[in-house]
Order: sequence, then structure tokens, then C-alpha cells
Amino acid sequence: MRARLISLLALCLATAFPVCAEQVILGLSKNEVAITASFDGSEILIFGAVRREEPIPEGPPLEVVITVAGPSLPVTVRRKERRFGIWVNTDAVDVDQAPSYYAVASSGPLGEVLTNIDDLRYSISVPRAIRSVGAPMNIEDSGAFTDALIRIREDVDLYQMLEEKVVVDQQTLFRTSIQLPASLTEGGYVTRIFLTRDGNVISQYQTTIDVRKVGLERWLFMLSRNQPLLYGLMSIFIAVAAGWGASAGFTLLRR
Amino acid sequence: MGMQIYLPIAEVSVNAFLLLGLGGLVGILSGMFGVGGGFLMTPLLFFIGIPPAVAVATSANQIVASSFSGVLAHFRRRTVDLRMGTVLLIGGLIGAAAGVAVFNYLRSIGQVDLMVRLCYVLFLGVIGTLMFVESLSALRKSSSGRRPQRKKHGLVHKMPFKMRFRVSGLYISVIPPLLVGLVVGVLAAIMGVGGGFIMVPAMIYILGMPTKVVIGTSLFQIIFVAGFTTMLHATTNYTVDVVLAVLLLVGGVIGAQIGTNIGLRMKAEQLRVLLALLVMVVCGKLALELLLMPSELYSIAATRAE
Repeated sequence: MRARLISLLALCLATAFPVCAEQVILGLSKNEVAITASFDGSEILIFGAVRREEPIPEGPPLEVVITVAGPSLPVTVRRKERRFGIWVNTDAVDVDQAPSYYAVASSGPLGEVLTNIDDLRYSISVPRAIRSVGAPMNIEDSGAFTDALIRIREDVDLYQMLEEKVVVDQQTLFRTSIQLPASLTEGGYVTRIFLTRDGNVISQYQTTIDVRKVGLERWLFMLSRNQPLLYGLMSIFIAVAAGWGASAGFTLLRR
Repeated sequence: MGMQIYLPIAEVSVNAFLLLGLGGLVGILSGMFGVGGGFLMTPLLFFIGIPPAVAVATSANQIVASSFSGVLAHFRRRTVDLRMGTVLLIGGLIGAAAGVAVFNYLRSIGQVDLMVRLCYVLFLGVIGTLMFVESLSALRKSSSGRRPQRKKHGLVHKMPFKMRFRVSGLYISVIPPLLVGLVVGVLAAIMGVGGGFIMVPAMIYILGMPTKVVIGTSLFQIIFVAGFTTMLHATTNYTVDVVLAVLLLVGGVIGAQIGTNIGLRMKAEQLRVLLALLVMVVCGKLALELLLMPSELYSIAATRAE
């Protein structure tokens, strides 16, 4: 039974990657991002090489597509409409899973280095990385809501399309740099590297960059979630102490 | 000036000097006019990109500090009516609990922004206009003596459950102060304000309290209502950002010192006209945002687990 499963798996892999002779060896400038109090964004260098047992195959050149995805969360996208003369949120569409951060870097225009079929299969481009089951019956233009989600997050660099930003040397070495903005959510940032030829994915590699609050930031965040009562009391204590200190200080200054 | 600081709860990175400056600016105004300044702070925090839920909850925390600082000075001068403060407080706590429940409900249906803005426009508009008219006429006849206005026998005196409030020199029903406390408590929780700018006129014009005990008594009960609101937001929404609160506090404390000195050199009527203008400008800006077509019609919110 187990042997059959393994051979089945091998068959699947063989169909998924017809030419499995080229594999990724990856390097990252850092595999951890620490969010400290003075965190102001971070740049990550992603570089690597292609290992192969045989000479470089003939035909279309090797292309590289790299994606970095922050933790996915369900979000609600709302649209304003004018009601009784003022602008009010009316229609809403729930998106089941939208990455809090998503960057796609490729060695050429994404449409040329990746076929639509493989984009769909591996959920690579930004619209494909967002999962939405469907809008309520009364909303006909649900596409406008996902477009808005992408547009708003692109404006604050949470979603990035980095076409032609991956440099490939001799079909063997590749590198790119990805900018993480200052307003990041904690979690595992899944980094995927796809090697493509003629638009078809021939090999992929996956790793995780850990983005974590550290030090005081981590302590405060955990306290606010795990001990909310204590956290609230602490906030009030600080406020009262500061208020008392200010009053005492002013009195001293006036004398 | 690259002194960015990452706020652990708001999960945004902002310039620390901007927050100190903001706290300082509101502190100056609060020192000049004797108001908590929450009604200015919350919209300003929206404006610099703090998520509304965090702005409202953190303002409540910051108000605890500024009103505690203020009430100590009033205790020294014995201008706090503790009995009246306690009655207002009972109403206020019930109101705050109801207000946080309303806030969470509105947040779940995506209307919290609208409700907060509507509350601001309505209350700032009404109070700003009334204050402007009143202070202008006071300024015109400031030479011709004080207005006699106290101890009118109205509805307040016909209600049951009368109680004696010695410091205020009043013998009235407890129902009106309970109701005033309740309304201010609801607003405090929804708007992230202490409610001083509503409480003070209500105490003078509805309850008929003497002006000299009004501010101290109002501050006394605001500490508890704002503290209670902070606790409710901290335990139900996890939206109190203590780093943000501390930065605003430090600026606020310094600003209040400067503001008090400016205020001492100005006439009371001039101050009231300026405060009224300020209130009307904030109100006008918020009203325009509701009336004009926004540049982005869509907004994103985290879906709350039911």
C-alpha cells in the first residue's frame, strides 16, 4: 500500500515537473525579520543558483519567479455610497483569505515568463493569491471589490508587482531584493521560487522568513492578548502616574 | 527627522516627533481652554493613519492621564463635589458599558466610522455654535456686569428622589445627573472623548451647578469613565496601544504647561470665542468629509471572528 502511494506520488511529481533536472539552491540575506520599536521596514536579498546534473537544455531560456507572502487573513471590503446626502458604507464583500503582504518578482514580464495555467495552478500573481468564494447575491460586480483590495494595498506597498526585477546570470545564478514596508503583520512569510521554461513551471522551492516582534514590542503585544485585564490596568496605572507626575512637576515649577 | 516608531498594537510605524508634537498641540489647547482635548485628539489620530478602533481606545487611556493631572489641582482648591461626581459616575459607567457594546456592534456592521463622525459633527456643531454666540455676546457686554443665571425652578426640581449636594449648594432629584452621566458615558465610549465639552455645559445649564465646582467635578468622574472605557476596550477589542498613549502623554504634559501660561494672559471671553471657532473648524472639516465624494470609495477591514 505504502509502496503504491509512493509510486503514485512520484508519478504526480513527474507529471508536475516533466524536467526535474534543474533544482534551486537558495540563499537569503536574512531568514528572520525582527520588529523592534524602531522598525522602519526591511530589505531582503533573495539569491541562489540552479543545480543541474546535465548541460543547460536547449530552447527557451530559464526564467525565475519569486513570491513572498505574509500571513493570510479574512478581510471585509466595503464600498461607500451616497445615502441621504452623506457617504455611507453600503455593500460589503468578504474575502476568505488575503495575504497581509504579497510580492511577486520575476525575471521578465509575468505574462511572458508564466502561463495562465501555471499561474492558476500555483497561485502566483496577486489576484490569484487572494481567495474569495463569492459575493452576496445582491452584488454583481464583486470583481471591483477584489480590485479595490489590491489597489489599496499596492498604494501602501503591501502588494508589490516587481516585473523584470529578478536578475538571472548564465541561466544559473539569480538574485532580487524585496522591500518589506514598515507596517508589517507578524508571522511566517512564505517565500517561493519558481523556475520556468517557456512559461511552464519546471521546479519550485519553498522556505519561510520569520517576521516577529521582539523585545518590548513582543512583550506588550503578548500581554495585551494573553492578559488583557493586566494590560488594561497597566495602561491606566501609567496614565495615572504620568498625570500625577505632571501635576507635581507643575507645582514645583510654579514655586 | 527619521525617528520612526513601530506601535505594537496599532501595527503601524509612525514618526515619534509627530506624535509628541500632536500631543503637545492638543496639550496647549487643553491647557488654554480647560478641556480634555479628546475631541481634537481622536480625529487627528485618524488623520495620521492610526486605525479608528485603536485611536478611540487609546484616546480614552490618554484622557485618564490628563484629567487625573487636572483633578489634583481642583482637589487642592476644594472645588470637587464628590457626591455629585459619584452620582454622575454611576450613570457614566452604565453609559460607557452600553457605549462599548454599541461601538462593537457598529464595528461588526462596518458603520463605526460613520457613527463616530456623525456624533462629532452633531455635538461639535451644536456646542461650537452655542458657545460662539454666547461668548460673542458676552464679549460685547463684558463691561456691563455679570449675567444673573442660577437657581431656576424647572423640571429638575419637580422630580422625585431628591438629594442634597452640599458643595454645589443644590437640593435636586438624582435622575437628571444620572441621565447626564449616562449620555456622556455612551458618547465617551463611542467617540473616544472624556466628554468634558458636553458635561460642562450640561452641569451649568441643566443641573444649575455653580461654575467654580463644575470643571473639578467633571474631571473627577471623567477619570473613572475613561478608565472604565479603557479597560473595556482593552479586554474586548485589544485596541489600547500603550506606546502610542505614552508618546501622546509626554507631549501633552509639556503642551499643557505652555497652554496654561498662554491662557492666563488672555480674557475668558476671548478664550471662549477661540475655543468655539476651533470646535467649529473641526466640525466643519469632519462634515465636509461626509458630504464630499471620497477619493477612495472602498475600504478594508479585518473580518471579525463571530
